[in-house]
Amino acid sequence: MIALQNVCRTFTVGDQEVAALRDINLSFGAGEYISIMGPSGSGKSTMLNMLGLLDRPSSGTYLLDGGDVTDLNDEQLARVRREKIGFVFQSFHLVPRLTAAQNVELPMILAGIPVEERKARVQVLMQNYGLAERADHRPDQLSGGQRQRVAIARATVMNPSVLLADEPTGNLDQATGWEVLKLLEGLLEQGITLVLVTHDAEIGARAHRQIHMLDGRILSDEQQAK
Amino acid sequence: MYLRDLISLTSSSFLTYRMRSFLTGLGIAIGIAAVILLTSIGEGLHQFVIKEFSQFGTNIIAIQPGKAQVQGSSVGIFGSVRALTLEDADALRKLPYVEYVIPGMMGNAEVRFEGRTRRTMVLGEGRDFDKAFTMKVQSGAFWTDADDDQARPQVVIGAKIQQELFLDQNPLGQYLRIGGQRFRVVGVMESKGQILGMDMDDSVFIPAARAMELLNRPSLIEIDVSYRADVDAETVIRLIKNRLIEVHGREDFTIISQEQALEVLSSVLEILTFAVGALGAISLLVGAVGILTIMTMAVAERTAEIGLLRALGAREQQVLALFLGEAMMLSALGGGLGLLMGIGIAQGLHMLVPALPVHTPWMFAVLAELTAVSIGLAAGVIPAMRAAKLDPVEALHAE
Repeated sequence: MIALQNVCRTFTVGDQEVAALRDINLSFGAGEYISIMGPSGSGKSTMLNMLGLLDRPSSGTYLLDGGDVTDLNDEQLARVRREKIGFVFQSFHLVPRLTAAQNVELPMILAGIPVEERKARVQVLMQNYGLAERADHRPDQLSGGQRQRVAIARATVMNPSVLLADEPTGNLDQATGWEVLKLLEGLLEQGITLVLVTHDAEIGARAHRQIHMLDGRILSDEQQAK
Repeated sequence: MYLRDLISLTSSSFLTYRMRSFLTGLGIAIGIAAVILLTSIGEGLHQFVIKEFSQFGTNIIAIQPGKAQVQGSSVGIFGSVRALTLEDADALRKLPYVEYVIPGMMGNAEVRFEGRTRRTMVLGEGRDFDKAFTMKVQSGAFWTDADDDQARPQVVIGAKIQQELFLDQNPLGQYLRIGGQRFRVVGVMESKGQILGMDMDDSVFIPAARAMELLNRPSLIEIDVSYRADVDAETVIRLIKNRLIEVHGREDFTIISQEQALEVLSSVLEILTFAVGALGAISLLVGAVGILTIMTMAVAERTAEIGLLRALGAREQQVLALFLGEAMMLSALGGGLGLLMGIGIAQGLHMLVPALPVHTPWMFAVLAELTAVSIGLAAGVIPAMRAAKLDPVEALHAE
């Protein structure tokens, strides 16, 4: 359902061309659990931005759910991001002015979903993630784990087919980190494709499929027996 | 995205930075308040002056002796100016469209009744004075003698003269001595108060011929002509001018129409109001710079948030709308506050100084608020465009 074909991404820094991704060929199926590992500068973040349609390939083709999304315009890209992709970040990226419930509601506001449906969906998610009592709290009144749970609720509220998580446990202590990770892994049962970017080998090892990157290339791509 | 959501999202940032938003809005508020206050006073003054001028009726043309060569002089430049006479007034009375012709004379004299005396203004007028100038006689009536030249010594007195000289007596039919001559009182004017500095209540009105005799003057100081309301002032002026040139042999008089005087006055006041509005516009410009500054800051501070919105599926247009909406909300609330301040101060001034007329045309208030919103829109465009065009990846990683 996701396929990158001969994807390259080069940046111009000063008068030098820097290649962040070099000729990447990769495909994921629905419901896969993938971790992308590598040292900083290996291109794993660029890969994630590419998969999330925040960045465009310099050359190559990106197929998502069978459609070519390489040359979509801004409005079409926004639509695909809204409907098919969820993001979870290391630094949570919650809007500080909005309550937990409002943060979860945000993608649905942007999508123009009617208010009754929004309220209902938010309520269900907050309940499922154990955040019902924190719904009216602002992010600065929440613990790190709670914040990341709000962020995961926000990422899944539109029922995306892919969830991209960029070091989701990086700002959490170990115990909370494991909890968040279990929450994310629980989504696999709903058929979501989970892509986890991390430099923590222990966390990366939990994924069914592990991709190692270096200098913009895929070093290894190992499928683990479940 | 629904409009309601757009509003609640923009107001959330507005409410978070309360002080900052208030101060920025205040810049617009002061500009709008200044414009509203000054134009309220200007417009009030305008209406006041027009009312003051037109309470005699607007379809009146005044003829004064002497040709005004340059502005400011109505006295004959040459010694041989032929004065205006009662015959001139009679000649004008025969013109078409003319309703009333009032020969005018003015001076001061002592009036006396039963030992009480008072120095007062004596106005020599024609028999239709009250009708021509839309003034009301409270009791009695103006004299009706058809011939101005032969009018008998009769007087209509102002309200104050009645109070001061006649006390509680009925003045009608009594004889009042004016400058030593006996005049029979035939009417009392309704109280009218001061008009352009002249106290009409402290005056007596006698036939023009009698006033000339009393004040020992050979000619009139003015002839007033009232014409039918459905006729153009220009037409009547031309007729009067032709007729008087026929009688006098040349143009040795000046014609002033109320309508023209009002037009000049109005245009002067309009220029004044406009100048005052322009001053306010400068403070609005300063307010606009304030909004531009605060929105530029907001975009810089919220770069990561913009990146997040894009990642969540916001279109460029939605980001643009959010920031434009915020700028417009700032200026709209500022403008609303300014309206309240401006109208409040204007009304407060009016309560403190009742003589100062104020009037806020509601169209102007609407226009001011629209201006405020457009200023917000204009000032918000550049920062909002910048926000919309941010690269999502770079924006997300900005701290």
